[in-house]
Amino acid sequence: MGITLTEAAADHVRRFLRKRGRGGGIRLGVKTSGCSGLAYVLEVFDEPEPEDVVFEHRDVKVVVDPKSLIYLDGTELDFTREGLNEGFKFNNPNVKDACGCGESFNV
Amino acid sequence: MALMQISEPGEAPRAARHRHAAGIDLGTTNSLVAAVIGERAVTLGDEQGNQLLPSVVRYLAGGSPRVGLGDQQFVHDDPHNTISSVKRFMGRGVEDIQKLGDRFPYEFVQAGQGMPRIRTVAGDFSPVEVSAEILKALKERAEQALGGGLEGVVITVPAYFDDAQRQATKDAAQLAGLNVLRLLNEPTAAAIAYGLDQGAEGIHAIYDLGGGTFDISILRFSKGVFEVLATAGDSALGGDDIDRVIAEWILEQADIGRDADQACLQQIVHHARQAKETLTERDEVEFTIERPDGSLWKGALSRPVFEDLVRPIIKRTLAPCKRVLRDADIGVNDICEVVMVGGSTRIPLVRDMVGAFFQRQPHVDIDPDKVVAIGAAIQADILVGNKPGDDMLLLDVIPLSLGIETMGGLVEKLIPRNTTIPVTRAQKFTTFKDGQTAMAIHVVQGERELVSDNRSLARFKLHGIPPMVAGAAHIQVTFQVDADGLLSVSAKELSTGVETGIVVKPSYGLSEEEIEHMLRDSLTHASDDINARRLREYQVEAERAINVLQVALDESGERLLSAEERARIDEALAALEAVQGGDDYLAIKEAMAHLDRATAEFAERRMNASIHDALTGHKVDEICPD
Repeated sequence: MGITLTEAAADHVRRFLRKRGRGGGIRLGVKTSGCSGLAYVLEVFDEPEPEDVVFEHRDVKVVVDPKSLIYLDGTELDFTREGLNEGFKFNNPNVKDACGCGESFNV
Repeated sequence: MALMQISEPGEAPRAARHRHAAGIDLGTTNSLVAAVIGERAVTLGDEQGNQLLPSVVRYLAGGSPRVGLGDQQFVHDDPHNTISSVKRFMGRGVEDIQKLGDRFPYEFVQAGQGMPRIRTVAGDFSPVEVSAEILKALKERAEQALGGGLEGVVITVPAYFDDAQRQATKDAAQLAGLNVLRLLNEPTAAAIAYGLDQGAEGIHAIYDLGGGTFDISILRFSKGVFEVLATAGDSALGGDDIDRVIAEWILEQADIGRDADQACLQQIVHHARQAKETLTERDEVEFTIERPDGSLWKGALSRPVFEDLVRPIIKRTLAPCKRVLRDADIGVNDICEVVMVGGSTRIPLVRDMVGAFFQRQPHVDIDPDKVVAIGAAIQADILVGNKPGDDMLLLDVIPLSLGIETMGGLVEKLIPRNTTIPVTRAQKFTTFKDGQTAMAIHVVQGERELVSDNRSLARFKLHGIPPMVAGAAHIQVTFQVDADGLLSVSAKELSTGVETGIVVKPSYGLSEEEIEHMLRDSLTHASDDINARRLREYQVEAERAINVLQVALDESGERLLSAEERARIDEALAALEAVQGGDDYLAIKEAMAHLDRATAEFAERRMNASIHDALTGHKVDEICPD
């Protein structure tokens, strides 16, 4: 399993890192929040933590902490445009249902 | 799911849900609405892509009013029912309007003491109602573009607007169904659009030459806040005057008399405006004008001639510029940045002359028609809470935390300091004693843990709480601070709905030094305060435990306890009472743990007894219906 990125997402991450000037890659994670349990975290990281699981796909390093990986394994990160908004989207096979506000999800 | 952006480490937004907010530039001639989409603030257009909405409302007999584009032509065809420049009448009485002169074709009617109203075929309308129509059109446009209802808007007003004019603007927004997060001064909005609020402290000049008005404002940016030092201007000077001199030039050149009919003059003004716009990019513009007698006139206007025509008008803007510097008691050299606002500042000659006056290259990168709306949108986005932590503008924040007193003289903070306003926070509290029917709400301000070290703002009482056991009542206390810093506190008992409240102005009577002093105290006393808080918490907890135990002992002590057991409990109780008033929280903690152990058996027996009581006399299937 692991974490994968679509070309659009990888492209955008690479561009983001170039613009920022530093950073090892991106960190995916989950935290408890919202009205339905868990919410995603998408951050840039400078140094991975010792316990992080590191993936590499399409030249982008992705780190996930072991606890979050339970909820994220198999996720594909995509970059899409919806109407006037554009941004990253988690295609997560573990999700059973998401809450109405779109911020959180359940597994 | 909602789309996400990459955050800096540890700065993931608390709530990824985006709240829709918009900035509205409610202008004299044109209005705009803008919103932050993704990372950028953009103005929102209609289906045809028009960004500017002419501030023109046309009332029709039997039909809803029409706003904006396409109605402008009716200003002359149907002048009594087509209202333009309504902003000039906002918050004004009939005498004020008469002072504006007779250049408005509207028929004003005065109904009693109230606002003057404009008579149209569809009825009489106040300026507030007319403005509300414009705002409604902008609201619709924004909601369509953003795909959802607006949580709130920031509306810009001229820096010189007085309270009545600001209130009228707020009223219009309310009538349009908009939640006004804040009224923002137009020059401040322009400064925000250029990110001057992210830059160094300094003094800035905002030069705003619009369609019909000219404003010059001097802003001082310091400690994260924009302060208007001085404003000046000319409420009857703008792009329209430029159109007029060009139109007069055309009349002269084409040999058309001033007595020509309205339609002909209208056509010439239209050509004049187009010529002005063309000449910002090109060096010459050609005309073909139809004379009243049907013959055609062909001519051309070159940029040098155009500049000679408009130079006197632009010169007229420089006198207020001088005045405003004098009023602010500063010199040209004190100005850090000059920002250009208003469509007329596109004219290269305006930029040159203003640049020469202030001896600075003015900011012109953002479309001068949109810059105010864009600044308002940025502000609205922040106020509605879409920006996490550090990006927060310090524009208006609560200087000291606000909270209420809880048992033991402790402060429960509802709104922490540096929260941007407006803000609403609610928290549930409960009763401390059995059968308590009233609750005193003591509103305090400050950073310290104990009420006695903070500033008392107000006290009020909530009566009518139904008698219940301690901890069963739910009392919701709501703190609301509006954009003007006005705090309203309300308390509501949720089962009965009884409610009471109070309004206070927290910053009233506090100087900056006092605020600073209060903040410093909270830092130097931090550890003392925490210890004091811990002690009070244990004291309160002990008192509560003693209360509960006393009630229980009175009720069933005789029945459930042997004399020996009772003596042991009494002893532990006495031990706790002995240390409860002291200042050693560890001793209280110890005594409470001891009392807890001593009463464990008693508590269990009470539980069993009450279950026994509840079950006695009932059949099994009454309790378990299945």
